[in-house]
Amino acid sequence: MEQLFFILLALLTLSAALMVVTTRNLLHAAFWLILVFFGIAGFFILLHAEFLAVVQVLIYIGAISTLIIFAIMLTRRIMDPQQPRFNSQWGLVGGLAALLFVVLAAVTTRVAWPTTSATLPAEPIKQLGADFVGVYAVPFEVASVLLVVAMIGAIIIARERG
Amino acid sequence: MQSQYLFIAIFAVVALALPAIGLAVAWALRPKKPNPIKNSTYECGMETIGETWVQFRAQYYLYALIFVVFDVEAAFIFPWAVAYNQLGLYALVEMILFVAILFGGLMYAWRKGALEWR
Repeated sequence: MEQLFFILLALLTLSAALMVVTTRNLLHAAFWLILVFFGIAGFFILLHAEFLAVVQVLIYIGAISTLIIFAIMLTRRIMDPQQPRFNSQWGLVGGLAALLFVVLAAVTTRVAWPTTSATLPAEPIKQLGADFVGVYAVPFEVASVLLVVAMIGAIIIARERG
Repeated sequence: MQSQYLFIAIFAVVALALPAIGLAVAWALRPKKPNPIKNSTYECGMETIGETWVQFRAQYYLYALIFVVFDVEAAFIFPWAVAYNQLGLYALVEMILFVAILFGGLMYAWRKGALEWR
């Protein structure tokens, strides 16, 4: 059953990802990318990583795709369907992408990934929340500082342009 | 646990099916008599001036960036809120500190006028 869901999800995600790179309309590509994000959220659920699935929906589908669509709406002339699909570097880039795929496939299949035999806590999200303010209190606060730094940096860059 | 996702799957199927059925029924029932006037692009009955693809203001992007930051904050607060009942005062103080640091960032954005529409 889980195998079946995995295959369906993989088909959905891969075909949506293929549409992202082949569609001529940049805005449509962004919408297909949202479908890819949904597929990845499904993979997280299959891996029993419910929190990551929530984060995937909340941040990637909710915020990152909004950011991507805003960025597309800010651009001009990029939607032109008459733009050629390939430029002079497509061979080089295609070769590098194929090489990257081979390397990643070799790494994921050959490395003996460490696994734990410990059982999952009954409520992983609750455990995570307790750990955020317990064992990982300092990284948790540092994450807040990091978010503020990102926000201030974004404001400074955006104000320089505008 | 896994079977609870069946509800999400049912909701997803219904959510996809409703607009699809609506469009299909409309497509099957409507008369199809196009003519050049019906097919022309219009805006409140007027011919459109210029392109329909306009450039939006860069300030939308700034709002989106700030939204991303607070969305990540929400993702951090979510597990804390789930575990809230079994945590002590120390956890509350830590979360107040977490939010206060981010509130400083929001104050900065406010003072710099990033939230003002110019």
